Amino acid sequence: MTPPVRLENLHKRYGRIQALGGVSLSAREGEVLGLLGHNGAGKTTLMKLVLGLTRPDSGRVEVLGRDPCGGDARGLRRRIGYLPESVGFYGELTGREVLRYFARLKGIGRGASEPLLERLGLAPAADRPVKGYSNGMRQRLGLAQALLGEPALLLLDEPTAGLDPDATRDVYSMLDELRRRGATVILSSHVLAGIERHIDQAAIIGSGRLLASGNLEELGRRAGLGVTIRAGGDWADERRLAVLAERGALVRRRSATEVELRVPGAIKLEILRVLLAFDGIRDVAVEPPSLEMLYDHYGPSTRPAEAPCATS
Amino acid sequence: MRNILIVAGKEFHDGLRNRWVLAITVVFALLAVGLAYFGSAASGFVGVTSLATTLVSLASLAVFLIPLIALLLAYDTVVGERERGTLDLLLSYPLSRSQLLTGKLLGHGLILAVSTAVGFGSAGVLVTLVAREGADMQLLLSFAYFILSATLLGLAFVAIAHLISVTVDEKSRAAGAALVAWFLFVLVFDLLLLGGLVATGGAVGKTVFPYLLLLNPTDVFRLANLGGFEPVRTYAGLASIVVEGTFTPARLLLVLGLWVAVPFGLALWRFRGREL
Repeated sequence: MTPPVRLENLHKRYGRIQALGGVSLSAREGEVLGLLGHNGAGKTTLMKLVLGLTRPDSGRVEVLGRDPCGGDARGLRRRIGYLPESVGFYGELTGREVLRYFARLKGIGRGASEPLLERLGLAPAADRPVKGYSNGMRQRLGLAQALLGEPALLLLDEPTAGLDPDATRDVYSMLDELRRRGATVILSSHVLAGIERHIDQAAIIGSGRLLASGNLEELGRRAGLGVTIRAGGDWADERRLAVLAERGALVRRRSATEVELRVPGAIKLEILRVLLAFDGIRDVAVEPPSLEMLYDHYGPSTRPAEAPCATS
Repeated sequence: MRNILIVAGKEFHDGLRNRWVLAITVVFALLAVGLAYFGSAASGFVGVTSLATTLVSLASLAVFLIPLIALLLAYDTVVGERERGTLDLLLSYPLSRSQLLTGKLLGHGLILAVSTAVGFGSAGVLVTLVAREGADMQLLLSFAYFILSATLLGLAFVAIAHLISVTVDEKSRAAGAALVAWFLFVLVFDLLLLGGLVATGGAVGKTVFPYLLLLNPTDVFRLANLGGFEPVRTYAGLASIVVEGTFTPARLLLVLGLWVAVPFGLALWRFRGREL
């Protein structure tokens, strides 16, 4: 089956700045693909290419089986939802008016906006001018417009940027709902904390290049980062820690009753067996490598202090 | 066409909501009534004068005011969307760049047309009803022509503002460029022309001079309104010299139309070729 988004060897320059240098990537149907990278890494440029807002210097873009810059781009755009980074909307218009404007542009009835206002918790504020909205409310309005017409593909550029924890949680729960519905989602983020449970694939981008891509388990295995084991119980006996360290685990005592072990994948089961043989172990949790760990491993070794390119 | 109308409708709605329509209408109405009342003060008379006098005074003032209002209304139309983050969003919809810009031109044109018609029109009606000298059909036609040409003048400057808005990257620069455009067309151009005329000792001659005036939409508007109709021409003086026979009111409207079409065409070309 053709993936909804297929990018082949994309190159794109803005003047002297190389925004993308040979990126190939695809997103499979019904999955959430996270584009991860620092500001200016090329994430937004990638989204613009998928949307057909700009053309690649070379390479090929195929979205839902079509060229987004091709003749039938308008039909294609009806099936895509997009949330740009920090969109301000029209301050004088109300949330309902903004949503109806975009609904009309998408060629769908004005009735389509009402359920979305409800679903995103904006109904009570729908008749207030957008200039009075908080960042979180604007972001929810942005999500509402992106969801107009139940698009098959959603592109969300930094959907949690500048949001408080509650609003971030709302965005993630919406993401999970989209995933259940079977929509394909590409989201970009430079904030890694908390996102891993909501994405199926990660693509790590640095300075316009794809540094790694795959599902998190695969990326962890390839990086040889192993797993983190947290064990709660009686850790008064120092000799137990020494036994685990001898077997190859990196041991860190977090408190008198909790120990954290970093364990290479190959000896994971052996360490678990030793651990479970100890008396007084009450709780064991095994965690795959976190996204931060993966990003530290695959990500660019040097990161620019500031974004070099406003458009990427 | 549907998308163009949607964008135009939104722009007009924006104009109503942020009080642009109201503000322009009130300014035009006050100006028109004020000029009608005080227009003859220099001749020692204060009170509602004739429609012809009012029209001459109005046309002289409108050439300053209408370009300024049009530029202020539209200078940020694209660069503002870009700064707000809505330009990429709009263009990710089934909406082409040409449709977006044309819709905006129509929307701004509608704002100016309504404000001009209601603002100047209401004053025109008032003057007609209470003026000492009655207004004949010819004069009323002149007034209608004035409103139409004022709208076209406004549209020409909206198109110039669109060209600025698609060219620059920041709203503040667009505002600066709009002010420069206003100075150039409203003040500098005529001074240069006059300077040229004097410097060459009138060698430019009667034949070239009128055509040079066509290079400035405010001068076209002046020519159209101060020399186009007999009842107004009597009061207008200088401008009527160059009009005799050469530029008919219809031709001048056509030139104003070109002043809308050419800058707008350039804006479209620039916008379509620009990297987002």
